[in-house]
Amino acid sequence: MKKSRWTLVLSLVLVLSMFLSACGGGGSNEGNGNAGGDDSGSESAKQELNLTDSAEIPSMDTTQATDTTSFKAMNQVFEGLYRLDKNNEPTLGVAADEPEVEEKDGETVYTFTLREDAKWSDGSQVTAEDFIYAWHKALHPDTLSPYASMFGTAGIKNGNAIVTEGDPLYGKVEELGAKAVDEKTLELTVESKTPYFKSLLTFATFYPQPKGFAEEQGDKYALEADTMLYNGPFVFSEWNHGEGWNYKKNTEYWDADVVSLENISVKVVQDVATAVNLYETGKIDRAGLSSDFVDQFQDREDFSTILEPTMFFLRMNQENEALANKNVRKALFLAYDREGLVNVLLNNGSIAAKYFVPSDFVSGPNGDDFRDHAPDGFHADMGEAEAKEAWAAGLEELGMDSVELEFLTTDSELASKIAEYAKEQYESKLDGLTLTINKQPWKQFLELEDNGEFDISTGGWGPDYPDPMTFLYMFETDGAYNRMAYSSEKYDELVSNAKTETDAAKRWEMMQEAETVLMEEDIAIVPTYQRGLAILQKDYVKNYYVHPFGADASYKWIKIEK
Amino acid sequence: MGRYIGGRVVSMVITFLIIASLTFFLMKLLPGTPFNNQEKLSDAQIVQLNEKYGLNDPVAVQYFTYMTNLFKGDLGVSFQQDGRQVSTIIGERIGPSAYLGFQSLVVGTILGLVLGIVAALRHNSIWDYGTMVVAVLGISIPSFVIAGLMQYWFGVKWQLLPVAYWDGFAYTIMPTIAIASIVVATIARFMRTEMLEVLGQDYIVTAKAKGLSSTAVVIRHTIRNASIPIITIMGPLVVGLMTGTLVIERIFVIPGLGEKFVNSILTNDFPIIMGTTLFFSFLFILVILLVDILYGIVDPRIRLAGGKE
Repeated sequence: MKKSRWTLVLSLVLVLSMFLSACGGGGSNEGNGNAGGDDSGSESAKQELNLTDSAEIPSMDTTQATDTTSFKAMNQVFEGLYRLDKNNEPTLGVAADEPEVEEKDGETVYTFTLREDAKWSDGSQVTAEDFIYAWHKALHPDTLSPYASMFGTAGIKNGNAIVTEGDPLYGKVEELGAKAVDEKTLELTVESKTPYFKSLLTFATFYPQPKGFAEEQGDKYALEADTMLYNGPFVFSEWNHGEGWNYKKNTEYWDADVVSLENISVKVVQDVATAVNLYETGKIDRAGLSSDFVDQFQDREDFSTILEPTMFFLRMNQENEALANKNVRKALFLAYDREGLVNVLLNNGSIAAKYFVPSDFVSGPNGDDFRDHAPDGFHADMGEAEAKEAWAAGLEELGMDSVELEFLTTDSELASKIAEYAKEQYESKLDGLTLTINKQPWKQFLELEDNGEFDISTGGWGPDYPDPMTFLYMFETDGAYNRMAYSSEKYDELVSNAKTETDAAKRWEMMQEAETVLMEEDIAIVPTYQRGLAILQKDYVKNYYVHPFGADASYKWIKIEK
Repeated sequence: MGRYIGGRVVSMVITFLIIASLTFFLMKLLPGTPFNNQEKLSDAQIVQLNEKYGLNDPVAVQYFTYMTNLFKGDLGVSFQQDGRQVSTIIGERIGPSAYLGFQSLVVGTILGLVLGIVAALRHNSIWDYGTMVVAVLGISIPSFVIAGLMQYWFGVKWQLLPVAYWDGFAYTIMPTIAIASIVVATIARFMRTEMLEVLGQDYIVTAKAKGLSSTAVVIRHTIRNASIPIITIMGPLVVGLMTGTLVIERIFVIPGLGEKFVNSILTNDFPIIMGTTLFFSFLFILVILLVDILYGIVDPRIRLAGGKE
């Protein structure tokens, strides 16, 4: 049986190749059968890297991009005042030196001097005006950036007002606290200081754009490889939309001496199995794995996992009478077996989380990880017994003997599995609880969640800037991302004070306390896991640095050592 | 015949307009925004971004703007691929899809016909049973399973063929087999059944009786008459190939249109949804017309009936 199918497949190949060689289609002179032979045995350390990405690049316009693929690509070919180094600290980019800082009328003025040798790929100078041009574009209503709020986040003067409709400054981009003093001097006025200011400047929204060139290209700017200029370590040598893109070393880059790689090829590969097969045949040097591949590869040398600062949790809508009860929420918090989830279902380096601000994400003023506070999370010493106790107490307080809740989730394969898991966990441990799973496509999910049309929903959040606040501000009363009618005066006060507190140590304490209020006192959400990523990477690829926010990775320092 | 085709073209245009309008309004019922980072946008920001893309206008206004532009041949620009023309995107994606679809169709049809004819002529022999086993397998095993198995064995284990990518003839072999399998199976089954039926007809007996050689009987009478139903199923098969190659394109990393079509719906990329839907509808309508014309050629009775209308 097996054999006859096999013969059939072979004969199909034969007939096919005969047919096509007969009519001469295809336009390739590659024969049948030798094409897969990758006996490229030469062991010379060619500085070439082959990668894949799961999506096309939606935009190379720094003011318009919103997705990880674009941000990652832009980090290789553009550069802002700073860029993230291997320790995820901001290191000097286009800025020649750390800025001069001056306090003036309650505002802080940063004066940056740009590098003499910071050049665009056509050899022209990267000027202060190029920064201003790009930033005004990001804020102007006609060309508004979906990430325009970053200017406000960075505390740059009038950054918020300019994008707030109804404000007298709305749309007046020239009122932004950023001035080109001369060609090489950029002056930033900051109205509220943030400890992560420099890190934010590594974000794509703060990159410069070549003013003269971009204006000349008009609508076509950054749509193709040859309608943009580059000032990063690499340039696009090719951009075949839908297929992939290639980088080559940028000879005009000011720090070109430290860049080893000559060429990088990136192909868009959406199917994980295909990526694994390409990796196994040596066509690519790095591949991300989904959970079902982990068992097969986890004992190999080239396998590793990366812990990402992305948190997954359950929102509990307090509009629901039962979920407004703290004991009920406590029961839901405790009854969830997170170990089973991360070890069996996810199996990709994700870790069980009973906390909200991720581990290995940010360090405080004294160098300690934020997670050194409550390292095992909250309610760490309680389990199923306490869950049942809390559940019984909650039901009694409510005067109910059964509760029905709608569990809103997305329709991806993983989300469905996790929802089934949660349902099984909860219904088997909490008597009288019935969960109805409501699976929706992503966009519809967001719509329903935003309108509060759910009882429990599956949330996920990754950081926009390297500070716990990027997580904590979500649950302020009536916050745009609260979505679950959670309101705590104490929490609001702590968060809003932490936003303005200038003493770094105090601020850190406030944020840790805020997290304690959210998780320990109010039990507002049920955190489930912090996401991990399982990858395969060839051992000859050195210095591939991944970053927890902004662009996922830097290729600048990669070396091939065979 | 000319008048018949003329009438058909008019009804095609009307069909096309109805499809365009329906798609437009149905698409507007999709929830959410076309923005990638929607989960991080506040309501005020969404309103501002909608303004920028003209999405705050009443749907009727948007509809008329779209249709006017459509008549001018302007399909608009993609939201997801910031600012790129929809026509450009379809243009650069259609090549691989069309090539693969056409190659699979030709290979599948020829192989299917041969198998079907052989099975019918060698009725109840090992050839017949073999063909039917192949047909059942081809229909019941999903193409992505065949694709996955081939990729693993031919690509990784034996390294006979490239695992994926789109870079010359060798790269088209596995995707073509995967896609053609269903075509082979469908056509072989139909052809066998039709041949068996025709072989039992009186006029075949007559043809044999008047002394025609059996080869002539098979070629002139049997195959021609048996192929009418085949033409009927070719229409749906072609359309299936146009839209159904998505999974195969994904597995073999082929930069085709199927992926774009599905992704645009998931991401609310309105102009791409419209562009690809209209493009596929146009092809579909065209294929139906061609099938009808082909009927006329194969079966003169249909041509006459059409002419009188």
